[in-house]
Amino acid sequence: MSVDLSTSLGSLELASPTLTASGCAAAGRELAQFGDVSSLGAVVTKSIMMEPRSGRATPRMAETPSGMLNSIGLQGPGIEAFLEKDLSWLTQNNVTTIVSIAGNNVDEFGELARILAKVPGIAGLEVNISCPNVESRGQVFACNPVSAAQVIETVKSVWHSDAPVLAKLSPDVTDIVEIAHSVVEAGVGGVSMINTLLGMVIDVDKMKPMLGGRTGGLSGPAIRPVAVRAIYQVHAALPNLPILGMGGIRTGHDALEFIAAGASAVSIGTVVFGDPGAPWRIANELGQELQARGYDSLREVIGLAHHN
Amino acid sequence: MSAKQINTTIRSMTPVGGYLHMIVDAPGVAEVEPGHFAALAVGGPNGATLLRRAFSIHKSTLGETLEFIFAPHGLGTQWLATQRAGDVIDIIAPLGKPFILPKQPISCVIVAGGYGAAPMELLARELRARNCRVDVVLGAATQEKLFGVLDLKGVSDSLIVTTDDGTSGVRGRVTDVLADVITKNNSQAVYACGPMPMLQAVAQVSQENGAFSQCAVEESMACGIGVCMTCVLPIIGDDGVTRMARSCVDGPVFRGDRVRWDDVDTVPSDAFGAPQPGGH
Repeated sequence: MSVDLSTSLGSLELASPTLTASGCAAAGRELAQFGDVSSLGAVVTKSIMMEPRSGRATPRMAETPSGMLNSIGLQGPGIEAFLEKDLSWLTQNNVTTIVSIAGNNVDEFGELARILAKVPGIAGLEVNISCPNVESRGQVFACNPVSAAQVIETVKSVWHSDAPVLAKLSPDVTDIVEIAHSVVEAGVGGVSMINTLLGMVIDVDKMKPMLGGRTGGLSGPAIRPVAVRAIYQVHAALPNLPILGMGGIRTGHDALEFIAAGASAVSIGTVVFGDPGAPWRIANELGQELQARGYDSLREVIGLAHHN
Repeated sequence: MSAKQINTTIRSMTPVGGYLHMIVDAPGVAEVEPGHFAALAVGGPNGATLLRRAFSIHKSTLGETLEFIFAPHGLGTQWLATQRAGDVIDIIAPLGKPFILPKQPISCVIVAGGYGAAPMELLARELRARNCRVDVVLGAATQEKLFGVLDLKGVSDSLIVTTDDGTSGVRGRVTDVLADVITKNNSQAVYACGPMPMLQAVAQVSQENGAFSQCAVEESMACGIGVCMTCVLPIIGDDGVTRMARSCVDGPVFRGDRVRWDDVDTVPSDAFGAPQPGGH
């Protein structure tokens, strides 16, 4: 008998537990040549902003051991073109879509949510309050419990839908549980964790930071134990809070760690750059890993590492 | 065209001058046009190098093989150089927008620097199949970094070699001879592949001499399939607006007069969505 891999993030039922991670699959279309995008748990889009945005200067990427630094700077078409070109493709192709939004300030998050609330076919919102590639650390709302909550409250005040609002959290904080508590009080339906960690690589020939944006976000298997730790801590404190886990998942075995730590589903990010078929492969592997351990369903394993 | 990800076998790995020539099995890979590239996974399935490396496709036999030319200069290519016939490698191909071929039998120049010559024999054959005149200029820092001289000689009307140190052909840069080649042969199109400073110079000389240039750019990529947004450069669109275009899916071949060469590695202030004062 095959393992039941269906899961849910609050009110959102997912047929598959693997999603794409925001910023690692554009708006899903480019992956269509490698698999059936509609069979993924969901596509989490690259973060959308109100206005078109060029992103940062190159070099935007530096490979690091088992990971990479990126300094893209939220390049994107803006909400209008996103709805017209990207979301329409996702809807036409029956893709479960979680739209990631990013604002320069609290009001912009609210405006994006207000616009998206009127658009049918959106399975959820992921509120990116933790992108490290912005000029001002003050814009990393997820580093402060008050500003994190302000963004979520503003989004929730205009989001009159059952589709869950997820807050994307940064591991670059002293106490991620405090931030999680704060966004829960503000009304989130779940949390996505973790975003990248702020890092730097220096080019010692040019004697300057390698990235055009100087600093960048560290991702990939190098950060996986940080993600597992953060999820474990938040699930321990808030066992009923749905968690979408991400951070360097490369195999079904890795994904199982996240589920056991307390994630209900996982997003596949950096590994997609090296293996565009990874979101599908990892779902299959996860099924095999569960079966090999005698489990009938993914749901029975969520948070299991807390009970042993 | 649709790219395909294949886990395939290396047929051979042979030194050619200062480079390595790798042939791999390519079952099910779509037809390759000159300028297409492939993205290769390096380091093995559990290795620490996660990002794909992009290589222009040197040659291909439809449904059977792909061939690549590379130099072991970084972590990924050094690993690749240790692979042998029979080893397994993960490849996505064909990728990118290839060179646009002329509909008329016009006079063309192919310019390449170092292993930038890898895709150019295929291109020369396609141009000749269209009854185009093909003149070739190949350059490198030194003789052992030249690639494809004999092969391109066989499929061109003339071929000039330049080396920075004078160890082969004319001492100097490809652009030292390009203007003469264009003038003498009344060339209308210039096709170029090589390092960015060379491409910039080729685009400029072409424009000054009334020829239309197409350049295959070399930007570092993480994915090669359009999702990571790292390989961007400022490109002027048909509407006159500069956008940060992805060299993997919008390129790697761009019109030379559409690349803002002086602004590569920057976001020009007039680019679409560029940071405004007080903004990001």
